[in-house]
Amino acid sequence: MKIAIASGKGGTGKTSLATNLVAYLAENEEVVLIDLDVEEPNSGLFIKGELIHSEDKFKMIPQWEESSCSLCGLCQKTCRFNAIIQLASDIIIFPELCHSCYACSELCPSSSLPMIKEKMGELKHYKKNNISFIESRLLIGQEQAVPLISQTHDYIDQHFPNGILKFYDSPPGTSCPVIEATKEVDFVILVTEPTPFGLHDLRLAIETMKVLKKDFGVIINREGIGNNDVLDYCKNENIPVLAKIKNNRKIAELYSVGKLFYKEIPEVEEQLKEIKNYIFAKQKERRA
Amino acid sequence: MKEIVIISGKGGTGKTSITASLAYLGGTDVVVGDCDVDAADMHLLMKPDFTISEEFYSGELAVIDQTKCIQCGKCEEICRFKALPLINKKYVVKPLNCEGCGYCEKICPSNAITMETQMIGHCYISTTRIDNQMVHACLGIGAENSGKLVAKVKKEANRIARQSNKEFIIIDGSPGIGCPVAASLSGAHFVVLVTEPSVAGIHDLKRVYEVVKKFKIKAGCIINKYDVNTEKSQEIMDYLSTEKIIHISNLPYDENFTKAMVNGKTIVEYDKNHLRKSLIESWEKIKFFTNI
Repeated sequence: MKIAIASGKGGTGKTSLATNLVAYLAENEEVVLIDLDVEEPNSGLFIKGELIHSEDKFKMIPQWEESSCSLCGLCQKTCRFNAIIQLASDIIIFPELCHSCYACSELCPSSSLPMIKEKMGELKHYKKNNISFIESRLLIGQEQAVPLISQTHDYIDQHFPNGILKFYDSPPGTSCPVIEATKEVDFVILVTEPTPFGLHDLRLAIETMKVLKKDFGVIINREGIGNNDVLDYCKNENIPVLAKIKNNRKIAELYSVGKLFYKEIPEVEEQLKEIKNYIFAKQKERRA
Repeated sequence: MKEIVIISGKGGTGKTSITASLAYLGGTDVVVGDCDVDAADMHLLMKPDFTISEEFYSGELAVIDQTKCIQCGKCEEICRFKALPLINKKYVVKPLNCEGCGYCEKICPSNAITMETQMIGHCYISTTRIDNQMVHACLGIGAENSGKLVAKVKKEANRIARQSNKEFIIIDGSPGIGCPVAASLSGAHFVVLVTEPSVAGIHDLKRVYEVVKKFKIKAGCIINKYDVNTEKSQEIMDYLSTEKIIHISNLPYDENFTKAMVNGKTIVEYDKNHLRKSLIESWEKIKFFTNI
């Protein structure tokens, strides 16, 4: 079963929840944690392990071969992303704008734009006891997260069987990186906080999950810092609230130094148990 | 006219609350732009009036005319985004997969495919409850091209600031290091990095600052909740001095930060003590360093 941990708003506790939950579940079974927040991957700060595999990830971009080019101008006309510009006697390529659609390359009448690999990021695979942890990291200067997220999904599908629980720590927001991270998962956990910003962005995230036709539930983090609007909203809309984690300065302090906190705070462990029971029930439901 | 962009790398460090306070302090001298277009929250504090609303079109989507389609399968073959699967003997477009590259339209032998421009969101021009001009936007669910909408917000904010001779534009950016962040940095005069003293805050600050460096923009940093971990705050300050980033201020952890938001107010309106004082000093410093 594939479970994404997402949120509209950033900083609501996605990574805290993902890492603590995975560590808790791993006490009894094998779990996979995948950090898909490739722009700012943070799960690795909390879950460490032995590096067992590492690979560079590439996107394909065209490379101009001047000798055979007739400067016909078709490539510039074809590219809808303005990634190729033709000057008087030069073709200039902007790799950061290229979407790797291959149109310029394959439509070029003189085959002067072969596709070549450009490194866009790195994937690392770690193992610690029952936890397999996979992190993908976008190179600084690369602007498109989607291709790296997509290739990371492929890696997971190739390396882990269906039966195993997989948690995908997703990027914030509601645009293309979130869609890419969540579109193939079976269940989405939306982490929010009980504030006006939390509620506003939760509603956007819920809209997104409805468009994607996803089954989802909500976790309210830092309960007590704001008001009851998030809880009321979930009740009115019949959205399951899987857990509520009380605001606690000790959590913030342990988090700040990269430590998992569920063992230190019994209330949190209780809430993780609730989440686990919910997920196991979902799993059963799906098998039936 | 100078443009100030507030970003953080990591989400949830307090960017929007701080930006709204700066916008309050700047008053009618500033034009505000909310460039966190896929989770825009600043309007919850500034209460803009949505004077002008404009649909924003960008990017395209393939559309198949089934009466012309001869089921040759060429489109599916060349599409790198798996956006044209054969379902019930018909090739159909999966909108969430389609990147709008137009390759299928070019290769289709029966001209069955056309590219249609997409309405990806709305852009608004408003007056806020404290009388500053504000440009904000709302990206459609799952839409691409958030970078283009960010560029549109910035362009409108610049136009208004020029026309009405404003001194500053204050831009609330988005988390991450990808295309919307790059789009919000383009053309800025000063960057305010908002961080928090945690391993994640530091990690993300360093990554986003590498992006800022590529744009060669002067930067300053606000450490929010600095007293949650003073050792980590010291680590950040050491990093700032190594990188010659201006240390603007340390904000203490204070419940008023969130209470202000719950009450629909900026921090400087709600708080009467340290937070307010630190933010007033921060704004003076930011203005000073932006104008150097």
